[in-house]
Parts: sequence; structure tokens; C-alpha cells
Amino acid sequence: MKHDLVNNAAGRMVVTEINGQPAVPYKGIGKYHPEGRKAAPPVPTCAEYPQDGDKVVGDLTSALQKMGLRNGMTISTHHHFRNGDLVANRVFDAAAELGVKDLRWFPSASFPCHAPLIEHLDSGVIHHIEGSMNGPLGAYASEGKMRGLGVLRSHGGRYQAIQDGEVHIDIAVIAAPTSDPFGNCNGVTGPSACGGLGFALADSQYADRVIVVTDNLVPFPCVPWQIMGNHVDAVVVTDKVGEPEKIVSGTTNITKSPDRLLIAELTARFVEAAGILRDGFSFQSGAGGTSLAFAIFLRDMMRERGIRARFVRGGSTRYLVDMLEEGLTDYILDGQTFDLAGVQSMRDNPRHIHTNPFVSYNYHNKGNIASMVDVVVLGATEVDVNFNANVVTHSDGRLLHGIGGWQNCLFSKCTILPIPSFRDRIPVVVDEVTTLCGPGELIDVIVTERGIAINPLRQDLIDATKHSGLPIRPIEEIKREVESICGGVPDRPQLTDNVIAAIKWVDGTVIDVVRQVSGQP
Amino acid sequence: MKTKAEAGRAGTAVRSDCCVGIEMRDEGGIAIELRSKVDTLYGRSIRALVTELCMHFGMPHAVVTIDDSGALPYTIAARFEAAVRRLRGDDVPPFLLPEREGIRRPGARDRFRRSRLYLPGNDPKLAINAGIHGADGIILDLEDSVSPVEKDAARLLVRNTLREVDFGGAERMVRINQAPMGMLDLDAVIPQRPGLILMPKVETDRDVLAVQERIDGIREREGIEEDIYLMPIVESAKGAVNAAAIAMASPAVVALAIGLEDYTADIGAERTLEGRESFWMRGAVLNAARAAGVQAIDTVFSDVDDMEALFESVREAKALGFDGKGCIHPRQIAVVHRGFAPTDAEIDKAKCIVRAFDDAERSGLGVVSLGSKMIDPPVVKRALRTITLAVKSGLLSEDWMEVGDEA
Repeated sequence: MKHDLVNNAAGRMVVTEINGQPAVPYKGIGKYHPEGRKAAPPVPTCAEYPQDGDKVVGDLTSALQKMGLRNGMTISTHHHFRNGDLVANRVFDAAAELGVKDLRWFPSASFPCHAPLIEHLDSGVIHHIEGSMNGPLGAYASEGKMRGLGVLRSHGGRYQAIQDGEVHIDIAVIAAPTSDPFGNCNGVTGPSACGGLGFALADSQYADRVIVVTDNLVPFPCVPWQIMGNHVDAVVVTDKVGEPEKIVSGTTNITKSPDRLLIAELTARFVEAAGILRDGFSFQSGAGGTSLAFAIFLRDMMRERGIRARFVRGGSTRYLVDMLEEGLTDYILDGQTFDLAGVQSMRDNPRHIHTNPFVSYNYHNKGNIASMVDVVVLGATEVDVNFNANVVTHSDGRLLHGIGGWQNCLFSKCTILPIPSFRDRIPVVVDEVTTLCGPGELIDVIVTERGIAINPLRQDLIDATKHSGLPIRPIEEIKREVESICGGVPDRPQLTDNVIAAIKWVDGTVIDVVRQVSGQP
Repeated sequence: MKTKAEAGRAGTAVRSDCCVGIEMRDEGGIAIELRSKVDTLYGRSIRALVTELCMHFGMPHAVVTIDDSGALPYTIAARFEAAVRRLRGDDVPPFLLPEREGIRRPGARDRFRRSRLYLPGNDPKLAINAGIHGADGIILDLEDSVSPVEKDAARLLVRNTLREVDFGGAERMVRINQAPMGMLDLDAVIPQRPGLILMPKVETDRDVLAVQERIDGIREREGIEEDIYLMPIVESAKGAVNAAAIAMASPAVVALAIGLEDYTADIGAERTLEGRESFWMRGAVLNAARAAGVQAIDTVFSDVDDMEALFESVREAKALGFDGKGCIHPRQIAVVHRGFAPTDAEIDKAKCIVRAFDDAERSGLGVVSLGSKMIDPPVVKRALRTITLAVKSGLLSEDWMEVGDEA
């Protein structure tokens, strides 16, 4: 596809049209203020629904048929089962069976388990994907094989796009570990319990039609009702909606790598030296090995100094759950459970609070939790000397990860990226990121095994840690050292002019694009 | 003559290494088949290096296959050279990339050797970042961690590692094999000026002398002026009996180390956690070391998950008089340093002695006295070392004399 490109406020050449709709180039942080009223679903009438509350439909195919599935519609699914989702693939198998074409898949995230959808992309059932593209789907798109332009949004950006009408969902299909016939459902009970269903909240409120798929139908009322049945059109009972053991997707163990442990320890020491570690503070760290190790180091410091956090933001794991139970934090505000201990705690502990992208991340809110967090620790595939970071492509230009809540979390009071300065021979600290996902203004600190670099914009952090004895160095110096170790400045990936995906900023503007890698047809 | 050979490792579990295959041809020039995860970023650079290697070894016609898992240039060169030597024997000129500047730092006989981190000599991935963990010494091991069929390849990789990888302030150590293979190890590594050679399974002073003689020969040939120290490892009954002679065999010996795995097998005992079976031997080696005026270094602690037991083991070693402990995981280093750190009482006593020494110096007295007691020079020396260690361990500020601490 040929696209007209313009230079956006970050100096990136981006598209002005996405799949036939106009798109606004990135204008800078907090600079875009759209007006008007929010989108709304059609007005339903309860008289059209069964008075006894029983909305159970025989199977997914007939439910989709009943909801009026037809060519060109937008279908959404959600990733609370992460790599253990069994529903999205079945939705499109059903669509294929019904002979429907050109659907837009609008998942909250995709995982390698969705690789079978490539067949439906090839056959024309799915036109294109708007959502994170992990693993095989990312590779498929990178090779220029997808018909439409992919759109990657943060969790908050997805909410924003639904609320301001950028994306209109025709049919939302919500996989629920427990539901009643009315459609009240949750993710914390039942044999497939996986945690919260927060990623489906916007879909339940704004989609034209909502189908709940469950493998554990209970009599009314299903409590807690994380999704309210009042939004739901139909309930489908199936044998299994997901494999909750796969929410542990290999990243939720503490790293054993001595280098990563060192990075995690330096990060915790930095947080202490910067004066962030004090009674009543808050932090968020993800489920990657280094982030978990950071939480453990921080926990030990908190124990030693008798410090208690007011809240910790999850991705929850058993490590955070232990901290909650030990009284090291008053609350876990949890957007996504990353292991089964997290699921159980969310169900049983009233201080383990289920959150969603609405309360945490949404650009069209009157404020968000994310910006109230004292310190957040996040990953990245690349960071450049201006502290810009990339999370979606590898240095070879291939689309391999989603944005998740990453962009939204950058609004924390202190954003730290603990990253190795290079992986094998792949430099992580570089001159210019391959794809811009997070502007450097929002990234305060990078912690590598070869030293800590503080963004010059954060003079307060520079001053606070001046006499800490921590290995604080200019980012350019770390970059030069990395290049010297790796054997020189790396070549840039060979990319074609063909744009295959747009990267949205949290406000819906286009911050960058991803191009097709060369050497592919 | 063989026409095909390979060296190195490849596969999904391998990182920072590569497998180089070379097939000699009579014509057709150089063909490079590269499979690399960094092809996009460094494919050009890898191909240029391979071409340079072919020229260096006089191979105008060859098919070179590189199965690369992100190996750095010095590793690719080491693997290539190992393959060439497997084809042609050892009579080829070594291929040496330029040495990284500033990675050799001056050594000192009596520097601290609290922690020494063992790295398997044939695995590049652990060496690249070994210097960032603060060990007093880093050992590139050619002995037990390297399988007999890879000794040749490991030797070249260790040689190249010594030229390229910056181990920060750590002493650059190599553990060689026993003779005769150890002599080939020395030929490869001594020109790269390691700080110290660990000698395994030393049983007599003649073992030390043979190594010393070989090193002296290489030093003379290469014009090496830097000190290269020796740390013999005693790990047999015979070695323990001869410990004093071993420690005094050469002025280059700066420390005696012990290895308990082999020793307990040798005396027919079972190795226990308490280590009663090796108590005599540890005492004997320590005493021999002290008699020779060299450091005594304890064995490695092999349970990498039990940091508390490691700490206890270090405290015990310190109480017995040992100066150092072996580490097999970087996370052990900080624990070992904490274990060897002087106690508050030791620091206070040392401060008194150093102050008294300082007073005596200033008033031009030849004799140092504390109260009514005279203090011998070795005691002052030991106190100074305790102070240095306290500063190094973060327990005492460098300017403690000026600051004063009575307040």
C-alpha cells in the first residue's frame, strides 16, 4: 500500500489515513484535545430481552448469526487468558463457517496461540488486525502479508478509541470463566479462573452486541459481576474458554541471570537513593523476570526499613500477593493477574482490587491512576540517546510485541526502564530507536548492567542521587561502550516504503509507523 | 589431509557463541554461509571478518559456514582459528584482533583476593559481563569445566577473551590444566599477560618450578615485564604434606588455594557440610601459606542458592585465617565480601593502632606504642590492611582519620 506521510511532532514520518479513516499525527504530550461527545451504543429496550433473564444460546455460531454477523464488521475479543485463550480462534472459525468476509479483529492483545488466525487472514475472513500483534501474527504483518493497516494501541488507547468513536465494535465476544444466564460474569471463579475481565469493560459498554462465552454457567446471580449482564445480548456455554495455567507465559519467574539481578538491584537502590521509597509510596512493576526481581529487592528494603506502600499496581504475581499478605502494602490495584496466586488473591482478598483500563489509563478520563504512581518499572526492546523507547519492534524492524499498558504507565511520577545495555550482540541502547513508542520526555531513568543514565530533564533525580555512590553515567557514554563491545555501530534494518502498521499514542494520534521488512515479497 | 572441520557451538540454548565450519576447496574463492540472529545488524561486519580470517590463514578457496547465536567478533575469530588448527595442526600464525585499551591493570602481590569467580573457559556468554559484579579476581578456567575434546578451542577463546574483555578491577586469572597440556595453555595465554595463573592439583615444588620455567621462557621471548603471579591449588594428600615447599617454590607464588572435592576423595573420606574431614588439611595449607608469607585461599562454595550457608562458611574461613573463597556464581561475590569484612571490634582496634602509628611517625619516634604496649611492625601492617578492607567493604569512610568518629 502507498501512503501519504507527514512529519509529526516527534519527527517521525507517519500516515494521515488508516484504512480509509483520517488519522491525526502526534502533536506532543498532552497537546491533542479533541472535542464533541463520546460515542454511544444503540438504545436497547429490555422488552426485547427475556423477562426471566435467560439469554443462553445453543452455540457460538448461532449466537454470531443471531447478532447479525456480516461482512466488514468489527469483532472484539480479550486477552485475560493471555497465551491460553481458546475463544478468539473459534469466533473466526465460526465466521468462516458462515461464509463471512473482511472482518476487522479488534483484540485487546494477541498471543502466539492466535497463530491459526493467519489462515483466516489468508482466506479473507479477517481483513486486518487492530491490536497488539505478538509472535507469528507480528511476523506475518511485518512481511507485508496483511491486507489492511495494522493499528497498535495501548490498553488506555484502546479505551480512548472506543470512547471517542474511532473504533466502533459491532460484536464483542467476552470469554468468561463464570457467568450466569443473564450474562453477569467474572474471571475470578470457576475452573478456568484467570483474574479480572477489565479489558472487556469498554467493549461491554460500547459494542452494538455483546456475547459472553463461558464454561461455567451458574444460576443467577454470578458474583462478583465484573461485567454486568445488563450489557449482554447472549450467553454461550462451551466446554472450555481458556487455559488459565497459560496466563503464566514464561515471564513470571524471577530471573536467575546474574546481570539481570544486578540491574534489578541497582534499580531498587536507585529508587531508595532518589527518596521515592518512603511510607505511603506506590509502585508498579511488570511480570518480566527483571521487574519481579526488582520487586523482591524493594520488598527486602521495605522490610528492613519498616516501610509500607499505600498501593502496588499489578500485573499481580505471587510475589506481590505475599507483600500484600505480609502487610508491606495496603492494596494491590490489579489490572491483570499473571499467575494463579494472583487470581486467588483477587477473589479472596478484599484489598486486592480489580481494576481496568478505564480507571487506570483512559485518555478521555478526568484523571487516571497511572499518573498517581510514584515509580514504575518497565521493559523496552530499545532506548535511544534521547531516552525515546521502543517496545513493539526488534532492532531488525520486525513487529514482535504489543504496547500493553506500557505507554500509559509512562505517566508515572518516575519511569525507570531496567534493561540490559545489549542482548547477545544486539545493542539495546542505540542512536535512534527503530520504532518510537514512548517519547523521551516521559522516560526518566534507564538502569543497565553498565550504569544508570538519568534523563537530563530530571534535574531533581540527578541532584537527589548525586552522592549515592550509584554508577550514574551519561547515556551517550553507555551507548558508545555498548557499540565498542558489540563490534561497532550496527547497520540499520533494511525496510521498504510499505507501511504495515500504525503506532498510536495514548491520545489516538499517530506517533510512528512500522514498515515492511525487505527481502520479503 | 582433512578438508573439513568445525569448532564452537550452535543451537537454541546457545548464546553469544557460534559454530564455524570450514571446508577447504581448490578453487571457487570464499563462500560464506551465515545464519545469524544479528544478520541485519552485523551481517556485513561478520562477513568482512571471515574474509579477513581466510586471508590471514592463507585460504583463498573455502566454504565457511557460521551458525551464529550473537557471538562477538573475538569469539568468532577464536572459533574460526580453532577450526583451522583442527584442519592444519597448530603450526599456524595466531589471529589476534587489536587488544582493547586499558584492560590490563597493574597487579600487586598482596592485593585482596577475597573472591575469585570461576568461569568455564569455553563458554563466552558468562565472560562478557563477568567484570561488572565486583569480584576481586576472575578465573577463566581451562581445566575441569572444559571437556577434553574442547581444550584446544577453549584455549583460543580464553586467549582472545584476555585481549578483549574488560574485567574492571578484577585480577585476570587463568586456571590451566596439569602438565603436559598445561604447558600449551601457558603458551597461549601468557603472551596476553594475565595477572595470575592457577595451577590445579599441585603436589610438589617441582610442579611449580616447571610452570615457572615455562612462563619465564615465554616472558623472555615476548618481552613481558609485568608480574604474573602463581596460585597453586592443593587438592591431594601429597600436596597437603608438601604445602610449605609448594608455597616457597617460587617468588611468583602469592597464594595457596585448596580444593576439597578431590582431596576428600584422595584421603578416602566423605565430604560433609561441617568439613571435619578436611580440617587438618585446611590448617596445614593455611600454616604453610603463612610460613611462606603468602595468602591462603579457601575452596569454592557450591550451593548457589543458599546465601546464608555461604555467609557462615565464609565467616568460618575468615576465623580460621583464610583470605579468600572461590565463587561459582556472581551473586556469591557480595556475600563473600560481606563475610570477609572486618568486624566492628576489629575495625576499632585497627583504628587505635593506626592512630598510634601515625602519632609515632609524626613525632619522629622509631617505636610505636599503644598505652604501655609496644606494637610490632607486622601488627601495624595488619591493622592498615584491616582499615583498607573496612573502607573497601563500605564500613569506614576513606577520610576517617580527619573526620573522627568519637562523636
